[in-house]
Amino acid sequence: MINLELAKKHEDTFAQVMMLAEHMIRPYSRKYDKEEHSYPREMEEVGKLIGGARSNPGGTREEAAEGTVVNGGNMGAVVGLFGLCWGDVGLFLGMPGSGLGNAAINAVGTAEQKQKYGGSYAAMCITEPGTGSDSANISTTAVLDGDEWVLNGEKIFVTDGERSDTLVVWATLDKSLGKAAIKSFIVEKGTPGCEVTRLEHKLGIRASDTAAISFNDCRIPKDNLLGSAEVATDAEGRKKAFGGVMQTFDNTRPPVAAMAIGVSRAALDMSRELLAAEGVELAYDRKPCNLGAIEAELCRMEAEWNAARLLVLKAAWMADNKAPNSLEASMCKAKAGRVGNDITLRCVALCQSLGYSENSLLEKFARDSKILDIFEGTQQIQQLIVARRVLEKSSSDLK
Amino acid sequence: MTDTAHDLLFDLTLTDEQRMNRESMQRFAAAEMRKQGKDVDEGTVPARDFYPKSAELGLALLPIPEALGGAGVERSPTSNALILEDLAHGDMSLALGSVSPMGFVNTLLDQGSEAQREKYLPLFCTGDFKAATTALLEPRATFEPSAPAATARAGGKGYILSGAKSMVPLGMDADLVLVAARLDSGDNAAFIIEGTPTGMTRTEESNMGLLGAQLATLTFDSVELPADALLGDGAFNLQRFVDLSRIAVCALAVGTCQAVLDYVKPYVNERVAFGEPISNRQSVAFMVADIAIELEAMRLMTWRAAARAEQGLDFHEQAYLAKVFCAEHAMKIGTDGVQLLGGHGFCREHPVEMWYRNLRAADTLEGVASV
Repeated sequence: MINLELAKKHEDTFAQVMMLAEHMIRPYSRKYDKEEHSYPREMEEVGKLIGGARSNPGGTREEAAEGTVVNGGNMGAVVGLFGLCWGDVGLFLGMPGSGLGNAAINAVGTAEQKQKYGGSYAAMCITEPGTGSDSANISTTAVLDGDEWVLNGEKIFVTDGERSDTLVVWATLDKSLGKAAIKSFIVEKGTPGCEVTRLEHKLGIRASDTAAISFNDCRIPKDNLLGSAEVATDAEGRKKAFGGVMQTFDNTRPPVAAMAIGVSRAALDMSRELLAAEGVELAYDRKPCNLGAIEAELCRMEAEWNAARLLVLKAAWMADNKAPNSLEASMCKAKAGRVGNDITLRCVALCQSLGYSENSLLEKFARDSKILDIFEGTQQIQQLIVARRVLEKSSSDLK
Repeated sequence: MTDTAHDLLFDLTLTDEQRMNRESMQRFAAAEMRKQGKDVDEGTVPARDFYPKSAELGLALLPIPEALGGAGVERSPTSNALILEDLAHGDMSLALGSVSPMGFVNTLLDQGSEAQREKYLPLFCTGDFKAATTALLEPRATFEPSAPAATARAGGKGYILSGAKSMVPLGMDADLVLVAARLDSGDNAAFIIEGTPTGMTRTEESNMGLLGAQLATLTFDSVELPADALLGDGAFNLQRFVDLSRIAVCALAVGTCQAVLDYVKPYVNERVAFGEPISNRQSVAFMVADIAIELEAMRLMTWRAAARAEQGLDFHEQAYLAKVFCAEHAMKIGTDGVQLLGGHGFCREHPVEMWYRNLRAADTLEGVASV
């Protein structure tokens, strides 16, 4: 039966994380924005409090009885992120245990791998100096030598790269074989040959470390390959193999979209408060065409925010109910990414010098939100994926 | 309407009944509405010829209690929104006309008195199309649905109604019209008008679009109404009426935008320029992607407001925001539909220019087709 309200348990989840966000995250927002790269020790406590849910981002696996639906771990994750990232998205990303690599391990890992690494703090290493969105073109290599894989290459833009204790690394078994030969590997930090070489200075999410990591003859156990070692030889198999790697994104895009929902809610709440102090309030009593410019713009932003939020919930609901959601994951990421950018920036403008000042957090919300329309697939990559699906185009037809 | 604790799961699954209903609506829309809508728009066929056929859908009699001759199906704003979406996929203006009697019936069920239900509802249960409608909009800039300027003062045998209503669907033919007006006390009220009493004038409108909905301006020059023409006990919940209508307008926009998407997809895949389909270009493909994304968001906003109304939760804010969102994006999608077909889209050989004109009304329409 059609119902787009959250289940009681997720309303409760949201209320709880909002408490944490308000009292244990937000107070440190500016501090760690200023002190880029310093370790946000205060977040350890928050990490512990939400740790139970974190160690298994898939949540408790609920199986739907015939003819019924579940609201499970995916829904819980995005709802939790709405709240945590209302607190601070940079601090959330820098929080011990929040690595995107965990999602990959939980999505495609074996039972043993989940057991061993599911609870670790796992960062994701995909991007290379010469390869961004074109992730099929990576150059980092993995060669099997006896019972070990030997990794060589350089990774950049690794979120939590320094603080994490595990890395999920994309590497190719044979670059001449293209996409099909790309596999992901679990590397424990501290493994000889794996070294953090640099930390980026960024526009926003400064509380989160973004690292460059090099692999020089880095040896890891054979069992640390995520998925199958076989390289498909036919076109169909190749497509399927890379699809498996890309599937990870179906799980990580709705959460990133959820972060944009959280940050933009924070900006809207703060702006509405500052505007209310000047007598500008939103009553939803008159049509936008009969309102003043500021009220009309707030209305439009509230509508856009609500719409983006529902797309995120739909993608998560589909994942919970095992419906293929690549299209919906990209749709929600595209919409929430751009809405998040738009709202946070407009809020800076509407509040004028208060918005631009570092005395409030509005300018920080705008800077923080920019990355959410970039990582886990830029706006344009999401549009490309949606377009290919909707128009039934191959990647060679629609480049 | 309360925010009572409820523990339903987030769910987008249609009930079996809704699924079956959708199939028959979609069949009817494809067979009886798509071509007719275009013909009516071009003036080659009068809309009047279509409406008797729409009676076979039984939309108005569904929620009427069995005791009054109806089907006694519990009124569902969500199911109604789905119906509107599917009919609008056939043609937005004929859909609006088809569901206007249902909007009248729903408002009577919602806010009418027992006597009014008993008097009027059996008229919708004969199997024939009964033209009835609701009238809220007024012909002036800055009109606000929550504050109609039409007045009804006590006088004669009951009330004297003065004012004008615009964009009234089926406005020329409707035997029963529910008119929103303001009482001397300043309170809002609604009146049931039967036929065309002295002082009431019906003028067929000529608008940018929605030609099949038979939109008309109704003027009331000191029209005497009996006391029992006043809807319910007199305390008309105008906000609720407007909000239920907003869900309907959103659903009409969703269905029409889906028609745009379904039409442009094969077009851009087949149209060749510079040696390949234009959909191989990102600038074209991304427009289509954005239509798909915003349309899905429009649908979810509409469903959410409808589901809240159905559950008895406060749904004013969600209906308001759904309308704001759907109105803006419907216009964008209508515009992009024309743009994607280029010069061909501008020509009436294709339906996209009609959808552009019809979708422009999503922002303006208020007080019609309450779900």
